[in-house]
Amino acid sequence: MGIESHLGIITTSLDKVVNWARKNSLWPMTFGLACCALEMMVAASARHDIARFGAEVFRGSPRQSDLLIVPGTLTKKMAPYVIKLYNQMPEPKWVIAYGACACSGGLFNTYNVVQGVDKIIPVDVYVAGCPPKPEALLRAIVMLRAKIEKESLKDRV
Amino acid sequence: MEQIELMNILRNSGYNIDVFEGIDCVTCLVKKEDLYDFMKFLKTDEKLKFNMIVDVTAVDYPEDRPRFEIVYHVYSIDNNIRLRIKLKVEENDSLESVTSLWKGAEWLEREVFDMFGITFNNHPDLRRILMNEDFKYYPLRKDFPLQGIEES
Repeated sequence: MGIESHLGIITTSLDKVVNWARKNSLWPMTFGLACCALEMMVAASARHDIARFGAEVFRGSPRQSDLLIVPGTLTKKMAPYVIKLYNQMPEPKWVIAYGACACSGGLFNTYNVVQGVDKIIPVDVYVAGCPPKPEALLRAIVMLRAKIEKESLKDRV
Repeated sequence: MEQIELMNILRNSGYNIDVFEGIDCVTCLVKKEDLYDFMKFLKTDEKLKFNMIVDVTAVDYPEDRPRFEIVYHVYSIDNNIRLRIKLKVEENDSLESVTSLWKGAEWLEREVFDMFGITFNNHPDLRRILMNEDFKYYPLRKDFPLQGIEES
């Protein structure tokens, strides 16, 4: 790539271009379940500046989002709605389980809490912590970007 | 209004109740049949004016008969005084709802129904409030396991 740049063209694979575009505009959904959501909001503030990774546009609708951050305790009553939101998101879509509760149920090993978001929807990145610091979310996004780079259009429409 | 004055009014009210000074406020034990009339008296009495319901909840004593104790907390804004009303009910008993007196009791009674399975007569909308609709158990009963029952 790049040897033809003096001609004004570059040759590369479609995967690379598409993945480059996808990883630099990961729009998350405005969605929060519990206290972890506050850390997620802080990540969007000026101090942590999630915009550095192209993920600052928190969309109000699942139909416009690429990334579902599940921040907080997922109760069994909320679970059907999270599935609905996930299904409303257009492909390609990714999921970050943010915090101990979203990863595994965390401290709430009880009758009313889903023991991990991965019980109901596929998860790409897990973030440990109770709650994880905003930096942990940034790291998760960096990891997700690395994951997207390796993806192929053949696998994901 | 002082606690002594409140206790005197309650003792002379003519209801079959047991009034005593609790840890933090005046407490009275009532009979299940008298509940609604007594609550109506508390709300409408010119002197007392208990115009706010603070809490409706229940306690499970699995070894006792009757098993459950229902606890009402009411507050008089005019007199700045609180009162606790307690009564014992059995598992399959149903109580008279006080929603027609205090609108705020509606969700509190739904919560008691959801968590303990105690039903209320003449309640406008007695559904589960916290658990999902197809949940079959009453999770705040002492015999319900913390981690739930499988397939639920």
